[in-house]
Amino acid sequence: MAILLTKGTKTIVQGMGKEGQFHAERMLQCGTKLVGCVSPGKGGSDILGLRAFNTVADAVNATGANASIIFVPAPFAADAAIEAIDASLSLVVLITEGIPPMDMVKVKDKLNRSKTHLIGPNCPGIITPGIGKLGIMPVEIFAPGRCGVISRSGTLTYEVSAQLTKAGVGQSTCMGIGGDPIIGTTHRDAMRLFNDDPDTDMVVMIGEIGGTDEEVAARYIKERMKKPVVAFIAGSTAPKGKRMGHAGAIIAEGKGTAAEKKEALRGAGVTVCDSPAEIGATARKVLDGLSG
Amino acid sequence: MVICLKVHEYQAKEIFKKYGVPVPDGALSRTPAEAKETARRIGAPVVVKAQVHAGGRGKGGGIKLAATPDDAESVARKILGMRLVTHQTGPEGTLVKSVLVERASDVEREMYLGMVIDRERSQVAVISSPEGGVEIESVALKSPEKVHKAWVDPLVGLMPYQARQICFGLGLAGQPFKDGVNCILNLYRLFVSEDATLAEINPLAVTRDGKLIAIDAKINLDDDAAFRHNDRPDYRDPNEEDPLEVEAKTHNLSYIKLSGTVGCMVNGAGLAMATMDLIKHCGGEPANFLDVGGAASSDAVEKAFKILTSDKDVRCVLINIFGGIVRCDRVATGVVEAIGKAGDAGMPIVVRLEGTNAKEGIDILRGSGLNFHTATGFHEAAQKAVDLSRGGA
Repeated sequence: MAILLTKGTKTIVQGMGKEGQFHAERMLQCGTKLVGCVSPGKGGSDILGLRAFNTVADAVNATGANASIIFVPAPFAADAAIEAIDASLSLVVLITEGIPPMDMVKVKDKLNRSKTHLIGPNCPGIITPGIGKLGIMPVEIFAPGRCGVISRSGTLTYEVSAQLTKAGVGQSTCMGIGGDPIIGTTHRDAMRLFNDDPDTDMVVMIGEIGGTDEEVAARYIKERMKKPVVAFIAGSTAPKGKRMGHAGAIIAEGKGTAAEKKEALRGAGVTVCDSPAEIGATARKVLDGLSG
Repeated sequence: MVICLKVHEYQAKEIFKKYGVPVPDGALSRTPAEAKETARRIGAPVVVKAQVHAGGRGKGGGIKLAATPDDAESVARKILGMRLVTHQTGPEGTLVKSVLVERASDVEREMYLGMVIDRERSQVAVISSPEGGVEIESVALKSPEKVHKAWVDPLVGLMPYQARQICFGLGLAGQPFKDGVNCILNLYRLFVSEDATLAEINPLAVTRDGKLIAIDAKINLDDDAAFRHNDRPDYRDPNEEDPLEVEAKTHNLSYIKLSGTVGCMVNGAGLAMATMDLIKHCGGEPANFLDVGGAASSDAVEKAFKILTSDKDVRCVLINIFGGIVRCDRVATGVVEAIGKAGDAGMPIVVRLEGTNAKEGIDILRGSGLNFHTATGFHEAAQKAVDLSRGGA
């Protein structure tokens, strides 16, 4: 097993433009179970051998899909995400970058009143090595195993996963949760899922400066986490002053720096790496400690 | 990354007016003569305010009272053309190119009102305090009980009862109370309709004759929502931006200049930050943040390289690309072309390519006849770049 993306996941693609088609092809190549696509007005046709539907509801009725991956352009992405939530899909992966935060306020509100897991937006997606990927990541750098990965960034997720694979630490599931201010699945949400997953032994968490998502996760780890966690926070050297303004600083209660996040995580018993080049080796040591 | 577009106070006040948020009479002036004329028209005394984005203008000498139109002229002469230094501008300050000349208000008390998207709650938060005219952070630190927060349910919007609650908290009564409720509801209407990420009135004042008025105005707009606002004037002010950062933006590159000597070119914001962190960890200082983005063409890479090397402090360039959608061979082609056109990079270049088509990329670099230092490990690459930036090998 793994989390969210498992053997039973049947996925439709929303948005079959150039980018959607490019990645659908790659998702199929690594064995991902794609069962159709949604392209309003093109219902009944075939795109890349995938049956096209006019609406998500049509696609779900005909194929029994329980997941969706969205490549719809930013101005229309919130609409697409809410269509997927309304169709009661259990997993929705929103790849699109540049969705206005006020649109995400509406999506998140809808999401909170549903049973859907939304990953993203502005994220590389999710991969369960050996089962498939709903995302845009290169598959070669991943290997099946028992380490969960949660990350707010894209290419840094690849860097870390490649380090893990090189160190012989395979992954149960890797998830890029997205770098936007408002996202569906947070660090804490993902941590909770890995905590309950019998096939995950440890978790690598990659955070970033800004917001308080990592601090919230640290609180959860301290109180509930049964598995070891290795973490890195990007942005120790990032310049200050790129903040949202006075009111934003108030909301964050002055939190959000790398130093504060690292301290919160260390306080929760997490092994925090100061160098982003040492994450793979550190995870290896932690994993060896578990079996030894 | 969410990009916020800052607008000047005079522009924010024009938007306020459109939504029924009360502001003083005033007009923008670009010359001392214009300032005098404005003061005569609206009636002295007036306040002359430097139009720069940075906060803390008053302390820096960018806001001055003028009792007569002649005063307004001489005050404007002092402020226009000065390099205003505040705690938000950095030591070099910002050149003042225009002033807002406004009728001075006879203020009885000052309050704070702000709206922002709260990322933790995923809702708009309305922040208010009976203490205004000072930095709200310091109020929150010293007396948190004086900072009131309310959150808006996106389904129903900001309710009148919430606006009343806020006004009771501000200690308003009578006509200012009624005006306050309208002001808050109108500011929320503005926030949503204009796709703001921040709307702030500090101070929101009650005058001695019982009028409620926004003395200052701050609005940040969401750049990602620009597609909904095609009729919007161009609020961008190149005077407020670093010329290299502006140049980068036109090529869809995200660049922020820092003060170190190791120039970095990376794909993805997270990996770019991690690369900067690793340079520091290896004993060096990053010269910049540069994210070539998810779909970097060889042309974009060429532009990025030019921007990097035009920074005089850069002693060595580190290129760290993890290929996913971005193919390493394309990046390599861009780098080779950029250096080929320049004839010589003039400094050592360390390249690390990983992921999609990394081998092909390295082959292109090696076959170019140009002098690159290649590295396979993340740490190795950063250490090499740091050593080379110090003149070592």
